[in-house]
Amino acid sequence: MTDLAQAVVNGILIGAVFALVAVGLTLIYGVMDIVNFAHGEMLMLGMYSSFFAWSLFGLDPLVSLPMTGLAIALTGALMYYGVIARVLGKSPLAQIIATFGVQVFLRGLAQFLWTPDTRTVTGPWADDLRIRVAGVVIGGPQLIMAIGAVVTTGAVALFMNRTRTGGAIRAAGEDPSAASLMGINPQRMYALAWVIAGAATGVAGGLLMNGYSSSPTAGVTFVLMAFVVVALGGFGSIAGAAVAGLLVGVAQGVVGLYAPSYTLAAALALYLLVVLVRPQGLLGTR
Amino acid sequence: MRHNEGQGPVRTQATIALLASIAIGLAGCGSSTGGSADQSDEVKIAGLWPLSGSNATQGNDVLHGAELAVEVVNGVYDLDLPLAREAGLPGLGGAKLSLVTGDTQGKPEVGASEVDRLVTGGGITAVVGSYQSGVTLTASQRAERLGVPFVNGESSSTALTQRGLKWFFRTGPSDETFATTMFDYLAARKQRGDQISSVGILHTNDQYGNDGTTVTKKLAAERGLQVTADVSFEPTAADLGSQVTQVRAKQPDVLFVLAYTDAAIKLMKTFQQLDYYPPALLAYGAGFSDPAFLTGTGAISNGAASRAAWATEIADKRTSAKTIAELFQKKYNAPMTENSARSFTAMLALAQAINDAKSTKPDAVREALSVLKVPSDQTIMPWDGIAFDDKGQNIQAHGVVQQLIDGKYRVVFPPEYATTEAVWPMTKAQSK
Repeated sequence: MTDLAQAVVNGILIGAVFALVAVGLTLIYGVMDIVNFAHGEMLMLGMYSSFFAWSLFGLDPLVSLPMTGLAIALTGALMYYGVIARVLGKSPLAQIIATFGVQVFLRGLAQFLWTPDTRTVTGPWADDLRIRVAGVVIGGPQLIMAIGAVVTTGAVALFMNRTRTGGAIRAAGEDPSAASLMGINPQRMYALAWVIAGAATGVAGGLLMNGYSSSPTAGVTFVLMAFVVVALGGFGSIAGAAVAGLLVGVAQGVVGLYAPSYTLAAALALYLLVVLVRPQGLLGTR
Repeated sequence: MRHNEGQGPVRTQATIALLASIAIGLAGCGSSTGGSADQSDEVKIAGLWPLSGSNATQGNDVLHGAELAVEVVNGVYDLDLPLAREAGLPGLGGAKLSLVTGDTQGKPEVGASEVDRLVTGGGITAVVGSYQSGVTLTASQRAERLGVPFVNGESSSTALTQRGLKWFFRTGPSDETFATTMFDYLAARKQRGDQISSVGILHTNDQYGNDGTTVTKKLAAERGLQVTADVSFEPTAADLGSQVTQVRAKQPDVLFVLAYTDAAIKLMKTFQQLDYYPPALLAYGAGFSDPAFLTGTGAISNGAASRAAWATEIADKRTSAKTIAELFQKKYNAPMTENSARSFTAMLALAQAINDAKSTKPDAVREALSVLKVPSDQTIMPWDGIAFDDKGQNIQAHGVVQQLIDGKYRVVFPPEYATTEAVWPMTKAQSK
């Protein structure tokens, strides 16, 4: 029974991380109807930023979170002005190819600049924590990652739903011409959306370095789950991503206990189930 | 009246010019490489490895091993290794080896299409590659269809030499050989009084992981050991807590592990988090052989053991191995690993076969490979030598078992290569 409890707890903790990784993806889609295939690579860059802050300046991944968030926020802005703005309003195929191209480019760039070697932060502060509750062990890194994920997801949700700027971004997403009539500059709001998505993803990357390793293909693991989470939670819904993330995490954890080779199948099966009953996802609106 | 009288000389000139240009063109064609260029002074070998993707570190390392072999053959080195002392291949008039590389990206279908691209492009005598067993599987199948020898040094899945292919040769040990070495090690430990009756397997869900599991189960049955846990994980799994929990519940005496670098690091961290270590952990190389694994895990992986086809400590027992290891370090600013050592050896064996065949015709090279005999001291490996059976497997290849002690791998088995005593249980290596 403890094993099951352990699996569920592990699932919740990793699920929170899945949710945060998905936030950036769902935000972009919600505002601009664009699927960012380079999302995993933005995450990877966030992980590398955190690693280099540690290896070059000795900063613990938690301490360098603001830096990491800022770095990928800037990356998001760069991506918007450099690539996305040029394919806005063009065919969806062009948009897909554009973000996919950025994915390939960033992976190649990472390998070129930093070699394909796996980079790990050894001995982060989070490592020293360990909590034991009724036979269930909660590792420091897992806990820190989950707490950081929950806080960041909440912050983004709050910003988007409770502030004027957040409202402006959502307005620009819903109806750009009506928004501009209200004095909102849609292009600027789009760029801001990319900046926020970048910041959230950067923070996710920094949090991940507490327990994971970075490499040019580090984004693959998490972005796969991010896509499942976004689709399951509903494209564009941050709350949906939060719920879906936890569901996917727990499903994988529990299935991992009884049928370990089917953890991926479990996540996808869950998605299939929900989408058959509710095509727009759990909390999606379209 | 012949009204075309004036055109006679012009037409003749045009005809002569046309014939001359055809003749020159044919002469030019004659020296470019075709499918079987016997007179070419360059022997082209296609090398296919994952130069991008999640195994790019190992792919580049293996490429370097092969490159170094090409250099040793082409240059003049005072080494007790075949073809080292002469420049190029004497059997082909000093022809030099030329390595044409392709990137498999770590994907089986890309490996196969790269074989297609390079071989049908013309001039390729043989193919070497491709690190991941799953990619070597498809790439060598394509080579078989194209009738070109495929020499593999560093893929260990047993399935590769169970297909009855005529053109596939593996110089390195198979997972069955490695498993035999590991089970021999276990037998030796049992004789010293360690408890060994149950065995668990924790493996990545791919060709390498699944074939290794099959082989482990087979040998366990033969040696009277019970397999109490068989737990797999997706190569891209983000969390391995459930899997380790499962293993812990079964309490195997020995845990066999098959995992690439990211998963290997994650695994050790999960063991530490759950405060559970099996009494012995025996890995089938891969991630556990990656230097990034050592730097990434530090002290928490002390006590883990892995099979290896080669170790730097072997270099200390054999001069040619030491020199090659030093050359490698100098050229690539990184230590030679068991992967680059194996690819080095595979390339050298292929070069020997081409030299013996005195031809670059694929048929002749294949024939030469099938009867190739290299004595142990003419290799840099801890083997009895190189000799292929009718399935293309080098039956004289062996592995060693090395254990992480104080952050460094030390050979602990077999006794003739061991440099220190094994630490059992593995937690003893942790508490230092």
